[in-house]
Amino acid sequence: MNGACFRETLRICRRWPDIMAIWKEDVRVEEERHVRANDREYNERFSYADNRIKTAKYNAFTFLPTNLFEQFQRVANAYFLILLILQLIPEISSLSWFTTIVPLVMVLAITAVKDATDDYFRHKSDQQVNTRQSQVLIKGTLQNEKWMNVRVGDIIKLENNQFVAADLLLLSSSEPYGLCYIETAELDGETNLKVRQALTVTSDLANDVARLADFNAEVICEPPNNKLDKFTGTLYWKDNKYSLDNEKMLLRGCVLRNTEWCFGLVIFAGLQTKLMQNCGSTKFKRTSIDRLMNTLVLWIFGFLICMGIILAIGNTIWEQRVGSEFWAYLQWNKFTSNAIFSGFLTFWSYVIILNTVVPISLYVSVEVLRLGHSYFINWDRRMYYSHKDTPAEARTTTLNEELGQVEFIFSDKTGTLTQNIMVFNKCSINGKTYGDVYDEFGHKVDITEKTPCVDFSFNPLRDRKFRFHDSSLVEAIKLEEPLVQEFFRLLALCHTVMPEERNEGELVYQAQSPDEGALVTAARNFGFVFRSRTPETITVYEMGQPVTYQLLAILDFNNVRKRMSVIVRTPKGQLKLYSKGADTILFDRLDPSNDELMYTTSEHLNEFAGEGLRTLALAYKDLDEDVFDEWMKQLLFASTSLDNREEKLGVLYEEIEQGLMLLGATAIEDKLQEGVPETIACLTLANIKIWVLTGDKLETAMNIGYSCNMLRDDMNEVFIISGHTTLEVQRELRAAKESIMGPSREIFSDGPDTEKTDIYSSDSVFEETIISEYALIINGHSLAHALEADLEQILVDVACLCKTVICCRVTPLQKALVVELIKRHKRAVTLAIGDGANDVSMIKTAHIGVGISGQEGMQAVLSSDYSFAQFRYLQRLLLVHGRWSYHRMCNFLCYFFYKNFAFTLVHFWYGFQCGFSAQTVYDQWFITLFNIVYTSLPVLSMGLFDQDVNEQYSLRYPNLYRPGQLNQLFNKRKFFTCTLHGICTSFILFFIPYGAFISAVRDDGTQISDQQAFAVTIATSLVIVVSVQIGLDTNYWTAVNHFFIWGSLAVYFAILFAMQSDGLFNIFPNQFTFIGTARNSLDQKIVWLVIFLTTVVCIMPMVAVRFIKTDCYPTQTDKVRLLQQATRRQGPQEQNLRRVRRTSSRRSAYAFAHQQGYGELITSGKNMKVTTSSTSTYPLSSPERCPGTRGAPDETTTEAETNNTGFKREFDQNQDVTVEDLEAR
Amino acid sequence: MMASSYNAKDEDGHHPGSVGSGGPGAVKSRKPDNTAFKQQRLPAWQPILTAGTVLPAFFTIGLVFIPIGIGLFVTSNNIKEFEIDYTGVDKSSPCFHCSHNYSWNSTSACTCSVPFTLEQSFESNVFMYYGLSNFYQNHRRYVKSRDDSQLNGDKSSLVNPSKECEPYRKSDEKAIAPCGAIANSLFNDTLELFYIHPNGNRTPIHLVKTGIAWWTDKHVKFRNPGGHDKNLSVAFQETSKPVNWLKPVYELDPTDPDNNGFINEDFIVWMRTAALPTFRKLFRIIQKKKDSNTPTLQPGNYTLEVTYNYPVRSFDGRKRMILSTISWMGGKNPFLGIAYMTVGAVCFFLGVVLLIIHHKYGNRNNNADIPN
Repeated sequence: MNGACFRETLRICRRWPDIMAIWKEDVRVEEERHVRANDREYNERFSYADNRIKTAKYNAFTFLPTNLFEQFQRVANAYFLILLILQLIPEISSLSWFTTIVPLVMVLAITAVKDATDDYFRHKSDQQVNTRQSQVLIKGTLQNEKWMNVRVGDIIKLENNQFVAADLLLLSSSEPYGLCYIETAELDGETNLKVRQALTVTSDLANDVARLADFNAEVICEPPNNKLDKFTGTLYWKDNKYSLDNEKMLLRGCVLRNTEWCFGLVIFAGLQTKLMQNCGSTKFKRTSIDRLMNTLVLWIFGFLICMGIILAIGNTIWEQRVGSEFWAYLQWNKFTSNAIFSGFLTFWSYVIILNTVVPISLYVSVEVLRLGHSYFINWDRRMYYSHKDTPAEARTTTLNEELGQVEFIFSDKTGTLTQNIMVFNKCSINGKTYGDVYDEFGHKVDITEKTPCVDFSFNPLRDRKFRFHDSSLVEAIKLEEPLVQEFFRLLALCHTVMPEERNEGELVYQAQSPDEGALVTAARNFGFVFRSRTPETITVYEMGQPVTYQLLAILDFNNVRKRMSVIVRTPKGQLKLYSKGADTILFDRLDPSNDELMYTTSEHLNEFAGEGLRTLALAYKDLDEDVFDEWMKQLLFASTSLDNREEKLGVLYEEIEQGLMLLGATAIEDKLQEGVPETIACLTLANIKIWVLTGDKLETAMNIGYSCNMLRDDMNEVFIISGHTTLEVQRELRAAKESIMGPSREIFSDGPDTEKTDIYSSDSVFEETIISEYALIINGHSLAHALEADLEQILVDVACLCKTVICCRVTPLQKALVVELIKRHKRAVTLAIGDGANDVSMIKTAHIGVGISGQEGMQAVLSSDYSFAQFRYLQRLLLVHGRWSYHRMCNFLCYFFYKNFAFTLVHFWYGFQCGFSAQTVYDQWFITLFNIVYTSLPVLSMGLFDQDVNEQYSLRYPNLYRPGQLNQLFNKRKFFTCTLHGICTSFILFFIPYGAFISAVRDDGTQISDQQAFAVTIATSLVIVVSVQIGLDTNYWTAVNHFFIWGSLAVYFAILFAMQSDGLFNIFPNQFTFIGTARNSLDQKIVWLVIFLTTVVCIMPMVAVRFIKTDCYPTQTDKVRLLQQATRRQGPQEQNLRRVRRTSSRRSAYAFAHQQGYGELITSGKNMKVTTSSTSTYPLSSPERCPGTRGAPDETTTEAETNNTGFKREFDQNQDVTVEDLEAR
Repeated sequence: MMASSYNAKDEDGHHPGSVGSGGPGAVKSRKPDNTAFKQQRLPAWQPILTAGTVLPAFFTIGLVFIPIGIGLFVTSNNIKEFEIDYTGVDKSSPCFHCSHNYSWNSTSACTCSVPFTLEQSFESNVFMYYGLSNFYQNHRRYVKSRDDSQLNGDKSSLVNPSKECEPYRKSDEKAIAPCGAIANSLFNDTLELFYIHPNGNRTPIHLVKTGIAWWTDKHVKFRNPGGHDKNLSVAFQETSKPVNWLKPVYELDPTDPDNNGFINEDFIVWMRTAALPTFRKLFRIIQKKKDSNTPTLQPGNYTLEVTYNYPVRSFDGRKRMILSTISWMGGKNPFLGIAYMTVGAVCFFLGVVLLIIHHKYGNRNNNADIPN
């Protein structure tokens, strides 16, 4: 059910533009919404949308007209319709009506069937959603109603694990304080639970149906909008005003959790719910091949017109000089007696005949191919992530070949490159590091999967997934070294994590930041198990013994303080302050006696940072009872003060966090996703530039840069742009540029105008030749300046000269701007990959958007074109699927144009022989069927299955990707080549039979040089020639290809004989006039000799040209193909896996991954149930939670992943502010 | 190989969605099927154009085409063909006065006789063709100006022919049978052949006028209305003759009911429109004498007696009479033989050139230098 609903959301969102269009028409702008509870009459006056969802476009009666109307809006279809109309004019009609109508009807029918099935499923799922049951309070009783009958102003009752039917104002719930818990995975993808709280006045109503039925409050609120996290409104009830905010809203798409029941007032329904409003319009993306194809089709039209004009002029001249004398045999109709008019009519006749150069089947075939390629992506098991049961998904089926042309990848960091899983990796306690493994000679050993782990079996409460390799730390614990114990005690006490214990000993932590979770888990495994907490106490099992600390204060974390502390009273009555935070901050607050330790520790910290680990320093302090009492009083006073409360608290915190005693430091690994460095290396080899755009800090971003191997120590220089003003940024950028280009090119930094033109022309050449490696790191402030009009050029220049570009601290809007910048300046295909809501803008902006599914939420996936679960699949998507798609599409197009030119232009040559009368060479049936029957399937099967190089080799030689980026396989030149090839073929196809038929007779003396035999001969030659050609173009002959190619030939002959059989002629003598021609011509040796000769003459030059090309100027692909063939003969070889070694260097780094903490919530006890026992105190702990979570991770990862989302969302909100700031500016 | 490793992963990774969906029974994994088709691993033949395949192909084609070409050429040359233009353009030509005076409106026939000499004897069956030049039988308006169902004996089409036949559809309110421009312009010269003995006697040569059309045309495509038994003049009574014709369709060959009306073979041959503006159509067959060893046409003088009914001068046309023998490849056709020899030679030559290029510049071992 969960999954179904989720997919419904996806589906609705895809269809959103249409819905939007329908909806906009009939709703006037609503400025304020008035909703009165339990008063349908009142509410109906405003005609708010009801709760019915309608995504289907058609019904049974409107389907045909609407669908046809839509289809004829497409240019190609309209064109063919016009042709059809032209053909109805007898004077013009050079073809029977069926030659156009049969393909047109087939195309329309295929599209209509597809639309109809789509719509059928929409109807079905609409139906399913609309008929869901919910309990509505009607006339004082609770009645079951279908969702679609729910109206604005109704009060409905929800039960646990039910979907919220509409956007509700929470009135009351089963939980204390009117709290209720919801899961918003459908809405924003966050899998953690959120708390909603009803107004006190309404929560008193509880589940008293009678009182609820009397509830007649009026809500005045904002009109429908798409802001998921904002709601403003006022509730008027009993002459009182209550302000409403988002914390009191339950939005459609959420699921009620851990709450037995709740009542809500419907505020927005149906299409006006935030879920529906939030889908956003999808921008229609087209590939560059699409655009090229459109241009080419226009050119072909031009070409067609030209040929028409040439032939029309020919006709005019012919009519004047020959035709006028020929009247005795061929009288003119009255109105065609004018030669010029005849030429005019001929023009249209030839337009009809030659229309097959732009075949209607082209567009359909291209769509079919893309759809097929999309299915191959969906079916690829190597892009399926079994841990989350997510296969890759091509959500857009029209972009596949562009995957083979990507030049720039813009990647998010958190959740995309990294798993956002933190692992406690090393620590330094009292000047001694733990975490490294040494062999018997005292050398450091690289930690791999096989390195033995420390045995934590002494601890029954351990987390089994926790791994640590250095056993000396456990020994230290077992030896009860006091500082080591204090270290872990600190970790177990100083945090805002919530424990959850489902069964005895089965602890799960709900941490706000994954770092904290990692630290508490580490403490747990080392014997300091944080087991439960109440607002006033923390219970820790220290080496199996329960110890309850009194929690006196939480000095919470924020971005300025960069540290958090707790003050606890130990069972022995000691007062202690435990603090953890950024090393730079904590070191300033240490007691002077710590200097030596601080020195060693900071060395260790450097070491940790050098390995890309995130570090925290830990310190404690014993407090005096008196000092603390005094301080506590001040704290209470400050916390109740109305103005400058934060500031006052800050000062107080500062006061007590002084003279700390250093304990040590922790090092946490921000785990990269599997295979990230390898993928990046491989994509880099494919000449794809990868830019990391992250909201993270500079240091973190750089760390990841190093661990992904994007930054390396052997790079010539890493430029860091962090200026705060435009001038600074400009100076820094110029300096960077000069140092790359060398001093000789300083001249360019003069006027901005000369700069632009000069640099643009010269750099593109120059940048290819730069061998030294540079990296550019730019932060958000500077980026804002650099994106201004007069700096963006130099930014692009510098960025493109660098191997690696990392933008940190960027807002979602900036991400999109950067992508836009490259799109504008580089004419390159861009790809954006990300997992979170903050990546949506860039995903939508880039040519191709890829969403990482199952990580952070569904928003990125919803707006993406492709989605999969792991960053590393990108390699396969681009280098295998993208490359194949591009290769196939290009080959397909080349062949298609070739084929149609070869087919159609025979008429042009024939024009010179038949008085330019628009007589067709072929039988009309042949013209009708050529494109859709005789030649469609072989080329389709090539377009679907062809593989120039198999997948292993595609991945092993990433530079095979290069032709796509350079647009080498299909461009205007290629187009000319293949049309020229087609024209030559048509020439040969016409003139060889022409030469042979001038005086030919059958071997019984009867004639064979008649038009019909001529037509059959040329048609047969044509079919054979194009079949042989497709055979030459096919690199990968699967059984399907064989079947289609041979089958097409067989079908050709079968249809040929059938169409020219006696039976059909006897039924329709006027339609099948070719009776017997095939029999009488194809039994002649001379005809076969002509066909054979034509085929050889058409094919062999191409074979020679291709052979010379591959033999003398082999492309990369040719070489690899040869190699592949050679190895196949020798038998399979073991593939050498590329291993990328990480390098390390000394970099200082600090990271603390969370924002303002939960501290207040904990101390106030609001989020703890009073009624339930202490083992499952925290609301998140309810057992329903995990199973119900769609795509939730398995238990091993729950803790970290559930919680990182909360942090990330807040982070996103912070960024939103910046976006607005930017926009304001 | 890959598959097995994935399976292994599957077993330890558990599916979170499987429990929560509420429904009983196992929830299907969304893992794609492991079929060769879906994984794009269909076994395939992957040909590459290498020297090993291309060069032999060129040489083979060369070696096959040249003999075929020579064969065709020799055969074609052995065919005896005699052609005479009797249009009468020159003043000196015997048909000059006919060509000059005759038009469609003339009532009296004009005859002329054209003498000619055969240098060689014609063995076996000799085929007599008439050839027309500059006659656009392939013009669109001409080609479509016919009604096949009328020609197929359809009663309703007989009296109500297709609109395609305009303006040769009706005359004097009566439907024209056969209608259309093609039928209207039926070639109606009469050609007779006489052997002039050295002593001056003229012996007429027997010309067979059946067996000159395709069997399918004669027996399937063309049918008289009302079947065989009926009197043709009755069958055609509601129709009128084509404007240009001298006699109605049922009098095309009054002597032979199987060759009269729509199934008259001269008519059928004419109705099979030529592909090109210069064409020849089979007119008569001079059959080999069965009993004697004398050639069908022995060398000597002949006269072609022409009843000149068919004006072509208006459009600068030419009329020819052709006598030809045939071989297994049909009539005389030097083009194919020459084309085959040329193509064969070119292919062979190309093969040599490619071989040289391959040896000199070709990258025979280019596997080694693939970067990365």
